[in-house]
Amino acid sequence: MKVELLWWEGCPSYPETLDDLNRVLAEEGVEAEVELVEVETDEQACAERFPGSPTIRLDGADALPVAEAEPFSLTCRVYRLRDGRISATPDPEDLREAVRRVK
Amino acid sequence: MKIGDQAPTFSLPDTDGAEHGPDGVTVVVFTCNHCPYALGWHERLLQVARDYPQVTFLAINPNDAERYPADSAEAMRKRVEADGGWPIPYLRDESQEVARGYDAKTTPDVFVLDADVRVRYRGAPDEDYRAPLCAEWLREALDAVLRGDEPERPETEPVGCSIKWK
Repeated sequence: MKVELLWWEGCPSYPETLDDLNRVLAEEGVEAEVELVEVETDEQACAERFPGSPTIRLDGADALPVAEAEPFSLTCRVYRLRDGRISATPDPEDLREAVRRVK
Repeated sequence: MKIGDQAPTFSLPDTDGAEHGPDGVTVVVFTCNHCPYALGWHERLLQVARDYPQVTFLAINPNDAERYPADSAEAMRKRVEADGGWPIPYLRDESQEVARGYDAKTTPDVFVLDADVRVRYRGAPDEDYRAPLCAEWLREALDAVLRGDEPERPETEPVGCSIKWK
């Protein structure tokens, strides 16, 4: 499985997301190295179809696709935890489901 | 800007066009519409405002609205309207001069000013925007300033999305 974590320095949440992602991959028995992709410009954000930091891609597809068309830009992505709280990182159980769908 | 420094005074328009600035003990919160940290801390900051009616609270959105339309004056107005109004004014810092004057870093970035417009606290509302907290660091600072004391924890690291400079 190809695993990418796209991030932007203006949002401090990607280290926590990387930790969560590595833990979920290990628990699911997926031997994959997470490729870190820094998005640095608006042009790159458009080219990468980057809806915000952090974004995780599994085999090239967004692990947690945005529900509606979001502009591609250097911004922090808003996630919802399973209990409804707003979060700068995805719920680890949503990551786990995404990994299971792809593996 | 350091603790104890004189903070810049200002006058900025809210979502109805009325001008606001520091008045007595004041909390200035740089915030925005689209950052998960700002959104996560939003309700508990409003609750602090409700709990301290003797304090002036000012929420300021300084983000570049050209690159981030979600932070435009119109988007701010719609958000306040959708919420049925806020207990604090939501101000637009179009020129970003106020944010630069305060050396604001993130959304949110919280400043407590005393009645002489000196900075007495700067940083995050509390330790974690997702935890069941209630902006304790801000409340502690406000309680101290209202007593005429120095906050025991005058500075914490602001945590959030970087301000979107022009």
